Amino acid sequence: MRYWGASSLMTTTFSTVEMMAVVAAREIRDREVVFAGTGLPILAAALAQQTHAPDCTIVFEAGGVAPKLRHLPMSVGDSRTLSGAAQAAGLFEIFTYVLQGGRVDVGFLGGAQVDRYGNLNTTALGPDYRRPATRLPGSGGAADIAALASRTVVIARHEKRRFPERVDYCTSPGWIRGGDSRARAGLPAGGPAAIVTTLGVIRYRDGSHEPYLASVHPGASIEKVRSETGFELDCDDAVETLPPSAVELEALRDSVDPERIFLR
Amino acid sequence: MDKLRTLAEAAALIESGVSIAIGGFTSQRHPTALIREIIRRGTRELIAYAHSSGSDLDLLIGAGSLRRVEAAYVADGVFAPIAPCWRRFIEAGRLEFEDYSNAAMMARFTAGAMGLPYLPTLSMLGSDLLEKEGIAAGQRAADPTLARHKALVQICPFTYRKLVLVPAVNPDFCLLHVQKASRSGLLRIDGQEFLDVQMALSSRTVIATCEELVDDDELRREPERNRIPPFAVHVVVPVPWGSHPHGVHNAYDYDPEHLALYNEAAETEAGFADYLARYVTGPADHAAYLEAIGGSARLEALRARPGWGYNPALARKGR
Repeated sequence: MRYWGASSLMTTTFSTVEMMAVVAAREIRDREVVFAGTGLPILAAALAQQTHAPDCTIVFEAGGVAPKLRHLPMSVGDSRTLSGAAQAAGLFEIFTYVLQGGRVDVGFLGGAQVDRYGNLNTTALGPDYRRPATRLPGSGGAADIAALASRTVVIARHEKRRFPERVDYCTSPGWIRGGDSRARAGLPAGGPAAIVTTLGVIRYRDGSHEPYLASVHPGASIEKVRSETGFELDCDDAVETLPPSAVELEALRDSVDPERIFLR
Repeated sequence: MDKLRTLAEAAALIESGVSIAIGGFTSQRHPTALIREIIRRGTRELIAYAHSSGSDLDLLIGAGSLRRVEAAYVADGVFAPIAPCWRRFIEAGRLEFEDYSNAAMMARFTAGAMGLPYLPTLSMLGSDLLEKEGIAAGQRAADPTLARHKALVQICPFTYRKLVLVPAVNPDFCLLHVQKASRSGLLRIDGQEFLDVQMALSSRTVIATCEELVDDDELRREPERNRIPPFAVHVVVPVPWGSHPHGVHNAYDYDPEHLALYNEAAETEAGFADYLARYVTGPADHAAYLEAIGGSARLEALRARPGWGYNPALARKGR
């Protein structure tokens, strides 16, 4: 590990996407099995693998198992998910043996809507599911990851319309209605550990599963978070998010995404 | 038995009203040339079963070839975060659809392949995928092509935990694109299998297009790499570059420019019609299509480099 001083921290500039990728990557511990979806989750997983979690295993639902990523995949089916991979499998193996078999430590999810209890909508916006105002792509593997990973990390753009009290359609269950509602739905394990947003990080209280603001990104503020959140959010314990280190930024820019596929 | 046919002969087997499953995954290894040929023939009222589709399924939706889709996801990754025709048609009430998750569709194809009427899964618990239905119960009861229930929750008789039962699918046709095949119907898939094996074995008739036609003996030298028994495969069509604009592991990459071009064009009805005329119904056949998208100069830029499976030097930012 290289050392970097406070002075370099203060002079380093970074984008919101870089901040989110770094914060999401820190959610991954070494030697964990990571289920990664398209976009920022791939950036986060690849960054973790190149920094603090060199022995984490990345799995992709289309079949790539344990790659040593050399070029960023643009989708989870991309051939780039097979660089140095241990296996080229398929959906059957990933969803049965890996995910349902209980072998995924952390799954990454995104959503057009994220509600108070971390339920996600990637299916349809508007009151009528059959004739939606906006039709979205659908679950893909998201509902499966949300149900069966040991914990999930959600990455989302923090805007009021995207953070309602309740999602229009619950594609991927989080803590459902809080308390023990998730267990009563038939999901005794799993659930969202963190929502990494453009403004900060939301986590959940044990037991009640009520959300709280754990940290605010540099440049954002608690006032901004409150005004962009459509549900009541306890902000009393919020600290400032540790900014990306020089090491993290260098890995992200020079090794993970030198082609600038996702980085801005 | 010689299963070799032309692309036109293969497409002609698929009559209006039948059900299909399409191999591949988002921007990878779809039998896209076969799909374009089906659209050229004017085939209508198809039912499509899918997991994670890309612009392969979106083309069929936009061309008005489909009556119903049962799927988990329709998008082309970074190029199309929401597949444009899928979005337009559902918002306008022009397409019957039912949503599942990928694991649920995996279980449905697997049940069909195993000769079982359903399989249990732990997926979709806690999700509106269980609570909300795209297709009304009355229509399910009346339409023999629909399972009687979208899904059912059952208490496990051994553990007393909740299980979700999902109905099997047995499509009339499975359409695949693979790297290598022989005249006798032996197929070789390189890279991820996606759900192609289970899709093929759940279907009544399997049509496989391939990049390269090879001797049966070549594929029999490594039988452990052949995942679909040849007796389950009915038609083989050699179609080099047959998945373009989608990618084929070890053969060629996805075409970022063309995928972006499609996504932009298909945002509107008029743009989609122009795309269809220029790249699907306009070109008389696959060879004419390949010329229309830029010919060998464009294709060579996509060709996979040995040892990589894709082209590491490909300019991928799209348009």
